[in-house]
Amino acid sequence: MSNAAAGAIDHHFDPSTSTGIPNKKLLMWAFLASDCMFFGCLISTHLIYRLHPPPGVPAARQVFSIELTSFSTFILLMSSLMMALAVNAIQKGNLKSLRASLLTTIFFGCIFLGCQVYEFNNFVFEKHLTITNSILGTTFFTLTGTHGCHVAVGVFWLMLMYVRSFQPRDTTSDRRWFLRNVLHILAFIATILLAMRLTLALVRGIEATGANLGTVAHFASIYFAAILGLVVSGGLLRWFARPAGPVAFDEANAIDVEMMGLYWHFVDIVWIVIFTVVYLLEYL
Amino acid sequence: MADALAKTNFLGREEHAAAPKPFVIWRPTAKTGLISWLTTVDHKRIGFLYGISALFFFLVGGVEALLIRIQLAVPNNHVLTSTQYNEMFTMHATTMIFLAIMPLSAAFFNFIMPLQIGARDVAFPRLNAFSFWTFLAGAIIINLGWFLKSGAPDAGWFSYAPLSTRTYTPGHALDMWVMGIQLLGVASIAASLNFVITIINLRAPGMTMMRLPVFTWMTLVTAFLIILAFPAITIALVELMMDRLFGTNFFEVSNGGMPILWTHLFWVFGHPEVYILILPGMGIISEILPTFSRKALFGYPIVVFSGASIGFLGFGVWSHHMFTTGMGTMGTAAFAVTTMAIAVPTGVKIFNWIGTMWGGHLQMRTPMMFALGFIWLFMLGGFSGIMHSAAPADAQQHNSYFVVAHFHYVLIGGSLFALLAGIHYWFPLMFGRKVSEVWGKVSFWVIFVGFNVTFFPLHFVGLNGMPRRTFTYDSNMGWNQGNMVATIGAFILGIGVAIYFGVMIYTYFKGERVGRDPWDARTMEWSLPNPPPEYNFRTIPEVHARDSWWYEKHHKAEVAQEKAKHAAAESAHGGIHMPFQSIYPFIAGIGILIGAIGISIIDANPDPHVIIGRKLAVTLVGFFVLVVSVYLWALEGNEGYHLHPEDEEGHS
Repeated sequence: MSNAAAGAIDHHFDPSTSTGIPNKKLLMWAFLASDCMFFGCLISTHLIYRLHPPPGVPAARQVFSIELTSFSTFILLMSSLMMALAVNAIQKGNLKSLRASLLTTIFFGCIFLGCQVYEFNNFVFEKHLTITNSILGTTFFTLTGTHGCHVAVGVFWLMLMYVRSFQPRDTTSDRRWFLRNVLHILAFIATILLAMRLTLALVRGIEATGANLGTVAHFASIYFAAILGLVVSGGLLRWFARPAGPVAFDEANAIDVEMMGLYWHFVDIVWIVIFTVVYLLEYL
Repeated sequence: MADALAKTNFLGREEHAAAPKPFVIWRPTAKTGLISWLTTVDHKRIGFLYGISALFFFLVGGVEALLIRIQLAVPNNHVLTSTQYNEMFTMHATTMIFLAIMPLSAAFFNFIMPLQIGARDVAFPRLNAFSFWTFLAGAIIINLGWFLKSGAPDAGWFSYAPLSTRTYTPGHALDMWVMGIQLLGVASIAASLNFVITIINLRAPGMTMMRLPVFTWMTLVTAFLIILAFPAITIALVELMMDRLFGTNFFEVSNGGMPILWTHLFWVFGHPEVYILILPGMGIISEILPTFSRKALFGYPIVVFSGASIGFLGFGVWSHHMFTTGMGTMGTAAFAVTTMAIAVPTGVKIFNWIGTMWGGHLQMRTPMMFALGFIWLFMLGGFSGIMHSAAPADAQQHNSYFVVAHFHYVLIGGSLFALLAGIHYWFPLMFGRKVSEVWGKVSFWVIFVGFNVTFFPLHFVGLNGMPRRTFTYDSNMGWNQGNMVATIGAFILGIGVAIYFGVMIYTYFKGERVGRDPWDARTMEWSLPNPPPEYNFRTIPEVHARDSWWYEKHHKAEVAQEKAKHAAAESAHGGIHMPFQSIYPFIAGIGILIGAIGISIIDANPDPHVIIGRKLAVTLVGFFVLVVSVYLWALEGNEGYHLHPEDEEGHS
């Protein structure tokens, strides 16, 4: 039980603690209890104000697009599945599978965030629901925006964990590793931001002028630099992920991934509650 | 167990043959000097940091209180303007609650609790340092208003909406209050998570939950209260901040907002907060009384369960602060009943303390005097509390000086007396010196008399109708005498506090030196030499009874054998594992401070020639510093080094 040889670690019992629960896991559970109260207060605020609408508040059903939100909800649920697979992979010491699962989780998380950005844009510019002009906008944007921040923090954490899994075993003789590490992170951030920006722009273009070659050509000409940037940052990402020597990331790090997984699942569960009481409730 | 402690995959990985090297830029190793304090992860040093900051802010809050009392000494007084008076009572309450009593409790949690459960540190030492630096950042933000032209926050410590909205309180002062409290919330929650994990997971072998010293139990209950209550104020503050900075409608009546929501969210936090302030004090008293009564605590399980049920019930009584808001009969009745119910476990505790002393061999030392003062004064405050729980009576007392008298009896007479008792009690452990009995008792009596002279008359002034938070009053209201007496009392109290701290400072430098366990106490922290070494315990003790040190004192041979065995097991695994010091918690605190200044103080006028506004730029700089330091913190890893105290002793 004292070494990191494959399969030798009991991931559910830590003999050094009084309860056998690893400290980090307990920390995350206690934090999530706190976060429950946090979201509880926000959701209550929304529900209370929903019952007392002042005159002139737009009807939520006219604003919401339940199809889009159902889609993004499904994607977020699937990201939880991928997160669970990532935890399982690292507990077995399978780095390749861990990285694939982490990347898929990040990808799904970004789709969810992209849908939210699209939705917010749509509400503000098409439906004229802003955070200041009605109490519905105030509670809706604050609540879903806070949740979105939680997802974004989760994506950032997943990304750092992914990059962390490339840390070489010996960083003392390889000091340049830190520079590579920072560039890796920056490339990842650039890839995510550019990809989201471009996808949203393309969707908007298609909405405006239809899905035809002209739209795509127009899009490509406007966003040429950004597309080039995406190709470069994506290439960098691939280059940094090339196999290079033994890494300092193994089964013993499973607890870190698991802790992150708990957070991710919690954020997912909160969304299920929000989806129910903010969106579905309006369609009863 | 000792084997398991020494080798684990979850805390450091020194057992692995080819352990991967973490990425470390700077490993501070200073054991003295400024750097050692900025980079410390030692729970005892962090406890001192909390304690010193708390005592400093306690004096600041005390000066504010004296200014309030000078202003109210005579009718139609104009020592302070009405605005200055508002700033004084707002900052007095905020300072005393968040910057004096809570951090002073946190100082004891940090210093004493790990020693009581036989741990070498808290579960997450660097997070613990981060909590302190974030607390300090919050304290700075709240008090920055004194030095800026905006002035200090002046909307009351509860900052009721709509008074606290941009319309009625323009200017940055309230933004600073909002951000400051927000940071204190982050600090408190982070610290409490740490304490919860420490108490649940880092107990020495044999230290079952029902063997925990009562102070540790109350730390646990308080930490849970903080974890579950602070999110409510966090959300309330977020909503207020959104209203103030981004023009949302949470408390904007013209657009459908309801200010009563603020009141509810505030007191959903605010009432558990009351127990956050008093439960640590109850824990301290439950340690002191048995020690000086030469008896075990009477009814230990009942004391523990009473504390826990106070914690539970504490979440169900918040609306008794709102009896006059027109909640309706049902709501009012329900909260009146729960409020009366919470008096039951509180009363049970008082009876248990009396039961502890009953038939005991009482030793009237200074800590004991403060503990007895606590019981008397807290009981008086409890009685007036019961009076408030009757909603019809409360309608009369609401917002009057009667309420002021009530909560000062529970906060000063309760929390503060207990904390002052705790300082006296644990002073020998912390510094190896003992306060002179004569001067200790003098300070006790002056504080005790001054306190009662100040606050007892306020009951009558309040019942005669004097409202809180008015900066002056007319001479024909019949409040003159009571106010004059209270002001004189406040100065006596001030002198008492001055004597108390004067004696403490004198004792720190020149006091009588004492050896280990000067009170002949019962709990584990007294088994240590004073001051305790950095690693606390040479060998992790094994606990056989509730009053574990008492047991050790009476089973010396058997315990010595056990210790030798544990020591052998531990040195076979490399010795005492100590966490490395780290600068990143401090840098993260600086990042948070910069970000909070950006959000609350910098004006939002974006220069058209600059791409992002100054406000956003400063906030982002703070955020960047925070993220970078947390990242380096993570890369550094939770590694540690090994100590071999037996070698050191051999060489010296």
